[in-house]
Amino acid sequence: MEKNELLVVQDLKKNFGKVQVLKGINTVVRKGEVVAVIGLSGSGKSTFLRCLNLLETPTSGHIFFDGVDICDKKTDVNQHRKRIGMVFQQFNLFYNMTVLKNITAAPVRLKKIPEQQAVQRALELLDRVGLKDKANSYPSELSGGQKQRVAIVRALAMDPEVMLFDEPTSALDPEMVGEVLAVMKNLAESGMTMVVVTHEMSFARQVSSRVLFIDEGIIKEDKPSREFFENPEDPRLKDFLSKVLSLQG
Amino acid sequence: MIFFERMVKIFMKYGGFLLNGVGNTLIIALFTVLFGTVLGTLLAIMKMGRFTPTRWFACAYIEFIRGTPLMVQLMFIFYGLPMIGIEFPDISFIPNFSRFLAGIVAMSLNSGAYVAEIIRSGIQAVDVGQTEAARSLGFKHSETLRLVVLPQAIKNILPALGNEFVTVIKESSIVSIIGISDLMYQANGIMAGTFIYLETLALTAVIYFIMTFTTSRLISLAERKMSNGKK
Repeated sequence: MEKNELLVVQDLKKNFGKVQVLKGINTVVRKGEVVAVIGLSGSGKSTFLRCLNLLETPTSGHIFFDGVDICDKKTDVNQHRKRIGMVFQQFNLFYNMTVLKNITAAPVRLKKIPEQQAVQRALELLDRVGLKDKANSYPSELSGGQKQRVAIVRALAMDPEVMLFDEPTSALDPEMVGEVLAVMKNLAESGMTMVVVTHEMSFARQVSSRVLFIDEGIIKEDKPSREFFENPEDPRLKDFLSKVLSLQG
Repeated sequence: MIFFERMVKIFMKYGGFLLNGVGNTLIIALFTVLFGTVLGTLLAIMKMGRFTPTRWFACAYIEFIRGTPLMVQLMFIFYGLPMIGIEFPDISFIPNFSRFLAGIVAMSLNSGAYVAEIIRSGIQAVDVGQTEAARSLGFKHSETLRLVVLPQAIKNILPALGNEFVTVIKESSIVSIIGISDLMYQANGIMAGTFIYLETLALTAVIYFIMTFTTSRLISLAERKMSNGKK
Protein backbone atom coordinates (compact mmCIF):
# COMPACT_ATOMS: atom_id res chain seq x y z
CA MET A 1 0.00 0.00 0.00
CA GLU A 2 1.35 3.35 -0.98
CA LYS A 3 1.98 5.87 1.75
CA ASN A 4 -0.31 8.58 0.45
CA GLU A 5 -3.32 6.28 0.20
CA LEU A 6 -5.64 7.44 2.94
CA LEU A 7 -8.71 5.36 2.17
CA VAL A 8 -8.62 2.08 0.32
CA VAL A 9 -11.93 0.41 -0.42
CA GLN A 10 -11.86 -3.22 -1.50
CA ASP A 11 -14.85 -5.11 -2.85
CA LEU A 12 -17.27 -3.26 -0.57
CA LYS A 13 -20.75 -4.79 -0.50
CA LYS A 14 -23.80 -3.69 1.44
CA ASN A 15 -27.19 -5.36 1.66
CA PHE A 16 -30.33 -3.93 3.21
CA GLY A 17 -32.35 -7.05 3.81
CA LYS A 18 -32.52 -8.79 0.46
CA VAL A 19 -31.63 -5.73 -1.57
CA GLN A 20 -27.99 -5.38 -2.47
CA VAL A 21 -27.23 -1.66 -2.60
CA LEU A 22 -23.47 -1.84 -3.06
CA LYS A 23 -22.26 -4.67 -5.26
CA GLY A 24 -18.51 -4.45 -4.94
CA ILE A 25 -16.92 -1.01 -4.74
CA ASN A 26 -13.19 -0.65 -5.30
CA THR A 27 -11.44 2.68 -5.06
CA VAL A 28 -8.62 4.61 -3.44
CA VAL A 29 -8.64 8.10 -1.97
CA ARG A 30 -5.21 9.69 -1.73
CA LYS A 31 -4.15 12.47 0.60
CA GLY A 32 -5.17 15.89 -0.68
CA GLU A 33 -7.61 14.55 -3.22
CA VAL A 34 -11.08 15.99 -3.55
CA VAL A 35 -13.29 13.21 -4.81
CA ALA A 36 -16.81 14.00 -5.96
CA VAL A 37 -19.29 11.12 -6.00
CA ILE A 38 -22.26 11.52 -8.28
CA GLY A 39 -25.12 9.29 -9.36
CA LEU A 40 -28.89 8.97 -9.48
CA SER A 41 -30.88 8.82 -6.27
CA GLY A 42 -30.91 5.27 -5.00
CA SER A 43 -27.68 4.41 -6.75
CA GLY A 44 -25.94 3.75 -3.44
CA LYS A 45 -23.66 6.78 -3.36
CA SER A 46 -24.76 7.93 0.09
CA THR A 47 -24.56 4.38 1.43
CA PHE A 48 -21.02 4.18 0.07
CA LEU A 49 -20.07 7.37 1.90
CA ARG A 50 -21.72 6.25 5.14
CA CYS A 51 -19.78 3.00 4.99
CA LEU A 52 -16.52 4.94 5.02
CA ASN A 53 -16.94 5.83 8.70
CA LEU A 54 -19.10 2.78 9.45
CA LEU A 55 -22.36 4.63 10.01
CA GLU A 56 -23.48 1.75 7.84
CA THR A 57 -21.83 -1.58 8.55
CA PRO A 58 -20.62 -3.13 5.30
CA THR A 59 -21.94 -6.62 4.58
CA SER A 60 -18.57 -7.66 3.21
CA GLY A 61 -15.35 -6.18 1.89
CA HIS A 62 -12.63 -4.07 3.42
CA ILE A 63 -12.05 -0.40 4.10
CA PHE A 64 -8.51 0.57 5.03
CA PHE A 65 -8.14 3.93 6.70
CA ASP A 66 -4.53 5.00 7.00
CA GLY A 67 -3.54 1.36 6.62
CA VAL A 68 -5.92 -0.08 9.23
CA ASP A 69 -8.87 -2.27 8.24
CA ILE A 70 -11.76 -0.53 10.02
CA CYS A 71 -14.17 -3.31 9.02
CA ASP A 72 -12.23 -5.66 11.27
CA LYS A 73 -14.36 -6.26 14.38
CA LYS A 74 -11.31 -5.80 16.59
CA THR A 75 -10.75 -2.24 15.38
CA ASP A 76 -12.10 0.45 17.70
CA VAL A 77 -14.04 2.46 15.19
CA ASN A 78 -14.45 5.42 17.58
CA GLN A 79 -10.72 6.05 17.42
CA HIS A 80 -10.93 6.31 13.64
CA ARG A 81 -14.10 8.35 13.54
CA LYS A 82 -12.24 11.08 15.45
CA ARG A 83 -10.00 11.39 12.39
CA ILE A 84 -12.80 11.29 9.82
CA GLY A 85 -15.06 14.34 9.71
CA MET A 86 -18.58 14.09 8.38
CA VAL A 87 -21.09 16.66 7.18
CA PHE A 88 -24.72 15.64 6.70
CA GLN A 89 -27.45 16.71 4.35
CA GLN A 90 -29.68 17.66 7.30
CA PHE A 91 -26.83 19.39 9.22
CA ASN A 92 -27.62 17.46 12.40
CA LEU A 93 -26.36 20.13 14.74
CA PHE A 94 -27.01 19.25 18.37
CA TYR A 95 -30.15 21.20 19.18
CA ASN A 96 -29.54 21.17 22.91
CA MET A 97 -26.22 23.00 22.63
CA THR A 98 -25.09 26.44 21.52
CA VAL A 99 -23.07 26.76 18.32
CA LEU A 100 -19.91 27.01 20.39
CA LYS A 101 -20.71 23.88 22.43
CA ASN A 102 -21.55 22.02 19.25
CA ILE A 103 -18.04 22.69 18.07
CA THR A 104 -16.09 22.24 21.29
CA ALA A 105 -17.88 19.21 22.77
CA ALA A 106 -15.95 16.61 20.79
CA PRO A 107 -12.44 18.13 21.00
CA VAL A 108 -12.80 18.73 24.74
CA ARG A 109 -14.26 15.35 25.63
CA LEU A 110 -12.63 13.09 23.08
CA LYS A 111 -9.25 14.71 22.48
CA LYS A 112 -8.89 16.15 25.99
CA ILE A 113 -8.09 19.59 24.61
CA PRO A 114 -8.38 22.25 27.34
CA GLU A 115 -11.71 24.06 27.18
CA GLN A 116 -10.17 27.50 26.65
CA GLN A 117 -7.99 26.31 23.81
CA ALA A 118 -10.93 24.54 22.17
CA VAL A 119 -13.07 27.68 22.45
CA GLN A 120 -10.37 29.81 20.91
CA ARG A 121 -9.94 27.40 18.03
CA ALA A 122 -13.71 27.20 17.53
CA LEU A 123 -13.96 30.98 17.33
CA GLU A 124 -11.11 31.09 14.80
CA LEU A 125 -12.87 28.52 12.65
CA LEU A 126 -16.22 30.29 13.00
CA ASP A 127 -14.53 33.50 11.93
CA ARG A 128 -13.22 31.76 8.85
CA VAL A 129 -16.76 30.87 7.78
CA GLY A 130 -18.11 34.29 8.79
CA LEU A 131 -20.14 33.17 11.80
CA LYS A 132 -18.15 34.35 14.78
CA ASP A 133 -21.09 36.43 16.01
CA LYS A 134 -23.30 33.32 16.16
CA ALA A 135 -21.14 31.47 18.70
CA ASN A 136 -23.69 31.75 21.48
CA SER A 137 -26.77 31.18 19.36
CA TYR A 138 -28.71 27.95 19.35
CA PRO A 139 -28.97 26.02 16.06
CA SER A 140 -32.69 26.78 15.82
CA GLU A 141 -31.81 30.45 15.45
CA LEU A 142 -29.70 29.89 12.33
CA SER A 143 -30.59 29.65 8.65
CA GLY A 144 -29.90 26.44 6.75
CA GLY A 145 -26.73 27.77 5.18
CA GLN A 146 -25.45 28.97 8.53
CA LYS A 147 -26.24 25.61 10.12
CA GLN A 148 -24.29 23.79 7.45
CA ARG A 149 -21.29 26.07 7.84
CA VAL A 150 -21.36 25.42 11.59
CA ALA A 151 -21.61 21.69 10.89
CA ILE A 152 -18.49 21.91 8.72
CA VAL A 153 -16.68 23.79 11.49
CA ARG A 154 -17.80 21.18 14.04
CA ALA A 155 -16.19 18.45 11.97
CA LEU A 156 -13.06 20.54 11.30
CA ALA A 157 -12.55 21.23 15.00
CA MET A 158 -11.44 17.60 15.42
CA ASP A 159 -8.64 18.19 12.89
CA PRO A 160 -9.74 15.30 10.71
CA GLU A 161 -7.55 13.80 8.02
CA VAL A 162 -10.45 13.41 5.64
CA MET A 163 -13.86 15.06 5.39
CA LEU A 164 -16.94 13.24 4.14
CA PHE A 165 -19.81 15.32 2.77
CA ASP A 166 -23.20 13.70 2.27
CA GLU A 167 -25.11 15.95 -0.14
CA PRO A 168 -24.24 19.04 1.91
CA THR A 169 -26.27 21.47 -0.17
CA SER A 170 -29.33 19.38 -1.07
CA ALA A 171 -31.45 20.55 1.86
CA LEU A 172 -30.63 24.23 1.39
CA ASP A 173 -32.65 26.98 -0.19
CA PRO A 174 -31.04 27.94 -3.50
CA GLU A 175 -29.73 31.29 -2.26
CA MET A 176 -27.77 29.56 0.49
CA VAL A 177 -26.03 26.96 -1.63
CA GLY A 178 -23.30 29.40 -2.66
CA GLU A 179 -22.11 30.25 0.85
CA VAL A 180 -21.66 26.58 1.75
CA LEU A 181 -19.93 25.71 -1.52
CA ALA A 182 -17.58 28.65 -0.99
CA VAL A 183 -16.52 27.23 2.38
CA MET A 184 -16.00 23.80 0.83
CA LYS A 185 -13.99 25.26 -2.03
CA ASN A 186 -11.85 27.09 0.47
CA LEU A 187 -11.32 23.87 2.37
CA ALA A 188 -10.35 22.01 -0.79
CA GLU A 189 -7.80 24.70 -1.66
CA SER A 190 -6.28 24.39 1.81
CA GLY A 191 -5.37 20.80 0.92
CA MET A 192 -8.02 18.90 2.89
CA THR A 193 -8.80 15.43 1.63
CA MET A 194 -12.49 15.33 0.81
CA VAL A 195 -15.10 12.86 -0.41
CA VAL A 196 -18.21 14.70 -1.50
CA VAL A 197 -21.49 13.12 -2.52
CA THR A 198 -23.16 15.87 -4.48
CA HIS A 199 -25.65 16.96 -7.09
CA GLU A 200 -23.74 20.17 -7.72
CA MET A 201 -22.12 19.49 -11.07
CA SER A 202 -20.37 22.86 -11.05
CA PHE A 203 -18.70 21.92 -7.77
CA ALA A 204 -17.70 18.52 -9.09
CA ARG A 205 -16.32 20.07 -12.24
CA GLN A 206 -14.51 23.05 -10.76
CA VAL A 207 -13.35 21.96 -7.31
CA SER A 208 -12.93 18.22 -7.30
CA SER A 209 -9.84 16.54 -8.60
CA ARG A 210 -11.61 13.29 -9.39
CA VAL A 211 -15.17 12.20 -9.99
CA LEU A 212 -16.79 8.81 -9.35
CA PHE A 213 -20.04 7.85 -11.02
CA ILE A 214 -21.84 5.25 -8.94
CA ASP A 215 -24.67 3.42 -10.64
CA GLU A 216 -26.47 0.19 -9.81
CA GLY A 217 -24.19 -0.37 -6.83
CA ILE A 218 -20.84 -0.19 -8.59
CA ILE A 219 -18.46 2.51 -9.75
CA LYS A 220 -19.15 2.86 -13.45
CA GLU A 221 -16.68 5.64 -14.11
CA ASP A 222 -13.70 6.97 -12.16
CA LYS A 223 -11.68 9.74 -13.78
CA PRO A 224 -9.98 13.07 -13.17
CA SER A 225 -12.78 15.61 -13.21
CA ARG A 226 -11.90 17.42 -16.43
CA GLU A 227 -11.75 14.17 -18.38
CA PHE A 228 -14.85 12.89 -16.60
CA PHE A 229 -17.01 15.70 -17.91
CA GLU A 230 -15.35 16.15 -21.31
CA ASN A 231 -15.12 12.54 -22.24
CA PRO A 232 -17.65 10.35 -20.42
CA GLU A 233 -17.70 6.74 -21.63
CA ASP A 234 -20.41 4.86 -19.78
CA PRO A 235 -23.74 5.22 -21.61
CA ARG A 236 -25.70 5.67 -18.35
CA LEU A 237 -23.30 8.42 -17.34
CA LYS A 238 -23.70 10.16 -20.70
CA ASP A 239 -27.44 10.05 -20.25
CA PHE A 240 -27.16 11.27 -16.64
CA LEU A 241 -24.85 14.15 -17.56
CA SER A 242 -26.97 15.27 -20.47
CA LYS A 243 -29.96 15.50 -18.12
CA VAL A 244 -28.35 17.31 -15.18
CA LEU A 245 -26.13 19.59 -17.25
CA SER A 246 -28.97 20.75 -19.45
CA LEU A 247 -30.74 21.77 -16.23
CA GLN A 248 -27.83 23.37 -14.46
CA GLY A 249 -26.19 24.86 -17.57
CA MET B 1 -79.06 27.03 45.46
CA ILE B 2 -79.91 24.24 47.79
CA PHE B 3 -77.28 22.19 45.91
CA PHE B 4 -74.42 24.48 46.89
CA GLU B 5 -75.76 24.91 50.39
CA ARG B 6 -75.69 21.17 50.84
CA MET B 7 -72.17 20.95 49.43
CA VAL B 8 -70.99 23.54 51.90
CA LYS B 9 -72.82 21.82 54.70
CA ILE B 10 -71.22 18.49 53.89
CA PHE B 11 -67.85 20.15 53.72
CA MET B 12 -68.34 21.85 57.08
CA LYS B 13 -69.46 18.67 58.71
CA TYR B 14 -67.19 16.10 57.00
CA GLY B 15 -64.35 18.33 55.76
CA GLY B 16 -61.74 16.83 58.05
CA PHE B 17 -62.90 13.36 57.11
CA LEU B 18 -62.49 14.14 53.40
CA LEU B 19 -59.13 15.85 53.86
CA ASN B 20 -57.95 12.71 55.60
CA GLY B 21 -58.83 10.91 52.40
CA VAL B 22 -56.99 13.54 50.36
CA GLY B 23 -53.87 12.84 52.42
CA ASN B 24 -54.10 9.13 51.71
CA THR B 25 -54.79 9.71 48.03
CA LEU B 26 -51.70 11.88 47.82
CA ILE B 27 -49.58 9.30 49.62
CA ILE B 28 -50.66 6.58 47.20
CA ALA B 29 -50.16 8.85 44.18
CA LEU B 30 -46.77 10.10 45.28
CA PHE B 31 -45.30 6.66 45.87
CA THR B 32 -46.88 5.36 42.68
CA VAL B 33 -45.32 8.16 40.64
CA LEU B 34 -41.97 7.52 42.30
CA PHE B 35 -41.86 3.74 41.87
CA GLY B 36 -43.71 3.88 38.55
CA THR B 37 -41.07 6.21 37.11
CA VAL B 38 -38.22 4.00 38.31
CA LEU B 39 -39.91 0.87 36.97
CA GLY B 40 -40.84 2.63 33.74
CA THR B 41 -37.27 3.77 33.18
CA LEU B 42 -35.98 0.23 33.70
CA LEU B 43 -38.61 -1.20 31.35
CA ALA B 44 -37.82 1.41 28.71
CA ILE B 45 -34.11 0.57 28.90
CA MET B 46 -34.92 -3.13 28.62
CA LYS B 47 -37.26 -2.59 25.69
CA MET B 48 -34.73 -0.52 23.76
CA GLY B 49 -31.81 -2.73 24.67
CA ARG B 50 -30.01 -5.25 22.52
CA PHE B 51 -30.42 -8.17 24.94
CA THR B 52 -33.32 -10.19 23.53
CA PRO B 53 -34.77 -11.93 26.65
CA THR B 54 -35.16 -8.71 28.65
CA ARG B 55 -36.44 -6.90 25.57
CA TRP B 56 -39.13 -9.51 25.11
CA PHE B 57 -40.01 -9.47 28.78
CA ALA B 58 -40.42 -5.69 28.74
CA CYS B 59 -42.54 -5.81 25.58
CA ALA B 60 -44.80 -8.54 26.95
CA TYR B 61 -45.12 -6.85 30.34
CA ILE B 62 -46.04 -3.48 28.85
CA GLU B 63 -48.58 -4.98 26.47
CA PHE B 64 -50.20 -7.11 29.15
CA ILE B 65 -50.44 -4.42 31.81
CA ARG B 66 -51.82 -1.89 29.37
CA GLY B 67 -54.27 -4.43 28.02
CA THR B 68 -55.89 -5.41 31.32
CA PRO B 69 -57.96 -3.34 33.79
CA LEU B 70 -56.25 -1.77 36.75
CA MET B 71 -59.07 -3.03 38.96
CA VAL B 72 -58.31 -6.63 38.01
CA GLN B 73 -54.59 -6.08 38.62
CA LEU B 74 -55.26 -4.49 42.02
CA MET B 75 -57.62 -7.23 43.18
CA PHE B 76 -55.30 -9.91 41.84
CA ILE B 77 -52.50 -8.55 43.97
CA PHE B 78 -54.48 -7.89 47.14
CA TYR B 79 -56.93 -10.81 47.13
CA GLY B 80 -55.32 -13.22 44.69
CA LEU B 81 -51.68 -13.42 45.71
CA PRO B 82 -52.31 -14.30 49.38
CA MET B 83 -53.93 -17.54 48.15
CA ILE B 84 -50.52 -18.73 47.01
CA GLY B 85 -48.84 -17.49 50.14
CA ILE B 86 -47.70 -14.06 48.95
CA GLU B 87 -48.98 -11.73 51.64
CA PHE B 88 -48.29 -8.12 52.34
CA PRO B 89 -47.04 -7.71 55.92
CA ASP B 90 -48.67 -5.47 58.46
CA ILE B 91 -46.63 -3.09 60.53
CA SER B 92 -48.03 -2.25 63.93
CA PHE B 93 -47.23 1.47 63.94
CA ILE B 94 -48.63 2.17 60.47
CA PRO B 95 -52.32 1.33 60.33
CA ASN B 96 -53.46 -0.60 57.26
CA PHE B 97 -49.90 -0.93 56.00
CA SER B 98 -50.59 -4.11 54.04
CA ARG B 99 -53.44 -2.45 52.14
CA PHE B 100 -51.37 0.59 51.31
CA LEU B 101 -48.47 -1.56 50.22
CA ALA B 102 -50.69 -3.66 47.96
CA GLY B 103 -52.28 -0.52 46.55
CA ILE B 104 -48.97 1.17 45.85
CA VAL B 105 -47.47 -1.98 44.36
CA ALA B 106 -50.42 -2.53 42.03
CA MET B 107 -50.58 1.10 40.97
CA SER B 108 -46.81 1.28 40.42
CA LEU B 109 -46.73 -1.92 38.38
CA ASN B 110 -49.50 -0.44 36.27
CA SER B 111 -48.10 3.07 35.92
CA GLY B 112 -44.61 1.71 35.13
CA ALA B 113 -45.90 0.22 31.89
CA TYR B 114 -47.29 3.56 30.76
CA VAL B 115 -44.21 5.49 31.86
CA ALA B 116 -42.00 3.04 29.94
CA GLU B 117 -43.84 3.86 26.73
CA ILE B 118 -43.64 7.58 27.44
CA ILE B 119 -39.87 7.38 27.93
CA ARG B 120 -39.29 5.09 24.98
CA SER B 121 -41.29 7.20 22.56
CA GLY B 122 -39.67 10.36 23.93
CA ILE B 123 -36.21 9.00 23.22
CA GLN B 124 -37.10 7.54 19.85
CA ALA B 125 -38.67 10.83 18.78
CA VAL B 126 -35.20 12.42 18.83
CA ASP B 127 -34.01 12.56 15.23
CA VAL B 128 -31.65 9.69 14.39
CA GLY B 129 -29.41 12.26 12.68
CA GLN B 130 -28.45 13.58 16.12
CA THR B 131 -27.09 10.17 17.06
CA GLU B 132 -25.32 9.77 13.75
CA ALA B 133 -23.66 13.17 14.07
CA ALA B 134 -22.39 12.36 17.56
CA ARG B 135 -21.16 8.91 16.52
CA SER B 136 -19.43 10.35 13.45
CA LEU B 137 -17.39 12.59 15.74
CA GLY B 138 -16.22 9.54 17.69
CA PHE B 139 -18.55 9.62 20.69
CA LYS B 140 -19.42 6.25 22.17
CA HIS B 141 -23.03 5.08 22.32
CA SER B 142 -23.32 5.94 26.04
CA GLU B 143 -21.80 9.41 25.59
CA THR B 144 -24.13 10.08 22.68
CA LEU B 145 -27.11 9.15 24.81
CA ARG B 146 -26.02 11.27 27.76
CA LEU B 147 -24.84 14.39 25.93
CA VAL B 148 -27.14 14.60 22.96
CA VAL B 149 -30.15 12.30 22.99
CA LEU B 150 -31.40 12.40 26.60
CA PRO B 151 -31.29 16.20 27.01
CA GLN B 152 -33.49 16.45 23.94
CA ALA B 153 -35.70 13.52 24.91
CA ILE B 154 -36.48 15.11 28.29
CA LYS B 155 -38.42 17.81 26.49
CA ASN B 156 -40.63 15.20 24.86
CA ILE B 157 -40.94 13.13 28.01
CA LEU B 158 -41.74 15.73 30.65
CA PRO B 159 -45.17 16.92 29.42
CA ALA B 160 -46.37 13.35 28.85
CA LEU B 161 -45.02 12.31 32.23
CA GLY B 162 -46.96 15.18 33.79
CA ASN B 163 -50.14 13.84 32.22
CA GLU B 164 -49.33 10.44 33.67
CA PHE B 165 -48.99 11.97 37.15
CA VAL B 166 -52.41 13.53 36.78
CA THR B 167 -53.81 10.21 35.60
CA VAL B 168 -52.33 8.45 38.62
CA ILE B 169 -54.09 10.85 41.01
CA LYS B 170 -57.43 10.16 39.34
CA GLU B 171 -56.97 6.42 38.90
CA SER B 172 -55.86 6.02 42.51
CA SER B 173 -59.56 6.28 43.45
CA ILE B 174 -59.73 2.59 42.59
CA VAL B 175 -57.78 1.64 45.74
CA SER B 176 -60.90 2.39 47.77
CA ILE B 177 -62.14 -1.08 46.77
CA ILE B 178 -59.43 -2.76 48.83
CA GLY B 179 -60.31 -0.66 51.85
CA ILE B 180 -57.78 2.13 51.71
CA SER B 181 -59.40 5.23 53.13
CA ASP B 182 -58.55 7.54 50.25
CA LEU B 183 -60.77 10.40 49.12
CA MET B 184 -63.16 8.13 47.25
CA TYR B 185 -63.45 5.77 50.20
CA GLN B 186 -64.30 8.65 52.52
CA ALA B 187 -66.88 9.92 50.05
CA ASN B 188 -68.47 6.49 50.02
CA GLY B 189 -68.61 6.59 53.78
CA ILE B 190 -70.38 9.94 53.78
CA MET B 191 -72.89 8.73 51.20
CA ALA B 192 -73.61 5.60 53.17
CA GLY B 193 -74.29 7.66 56.27
CA THR B 194 -76.26 10.53 54.78
CA PHE B 195 -77.76 9.22 51.54
CA ILE B 196 -76.77 12.57 49.97
CA TYR B 197 -75.19 11.27 46.77
CA LEU B 198 -75.31 14.20 44.38
CA GLU B 199 -73.65 16.86 46.50
CA THR B 200 -71.11 14.49 48.06
CA LEU B 201 -69.94 13.28 44.67
CA ALA B 202 -69.86 16.83 43.32
CA LEU B 203 -67.74 17.90 46.27
CA THR B 204 -65.46 14.91 45.79
CA ALA B 205 -65.04 15.73 42.11
CA VAL B 206 -64.15 19.32 42.95
CA ILE B 207 -61.49 18.17 45.41
CA TYR B 208 -60.01 15.75 42.83
CA PHE B 209 -60.00 18.54 40.29
CA ILE B 210 -58.13 20.88 42.63
CA MET B 211 -55.45 18.20 43.05
CA THR B 212 -55.06 17.43 39.35
CA PHE B 213 -55.24 21.05 38.22
CA THR B 214 -52.60 22.11 40.74
CA THR B 215 -50.36 19.26 39.62
CA SER B 216 -50.64 20.05 35.94
CA ARG B 217 -49.99 23.77 36.59
CA LEU B 218 -46.90 22.94 38.63
CA ILE B 219 -45.61 20.67 35.87
CA SER B 220 -46.08 23.22 33.12
CA LEU B 221 -44.28 25.73 35.32
CA ALA B 222 -41.36 23.31 35.64
CA GLU B 223 -41.40 22.79 31.89
CA ARG B 224 -41.13 26.50 31.23
CA LYS B 225 -38.30 26.82 33.72
CA MET B 226 -36.41 24.02 31.98
CA SER B 227 -36.85 25.33 28.46
CA ASN B 228 -35.67 28.83 29.36
CA GLY B 229 -33.07 29.89 26.79
CA LYS B 230 -33.05 26.56 25.04
CA LYS B 231 -35.17 25.96 22.03
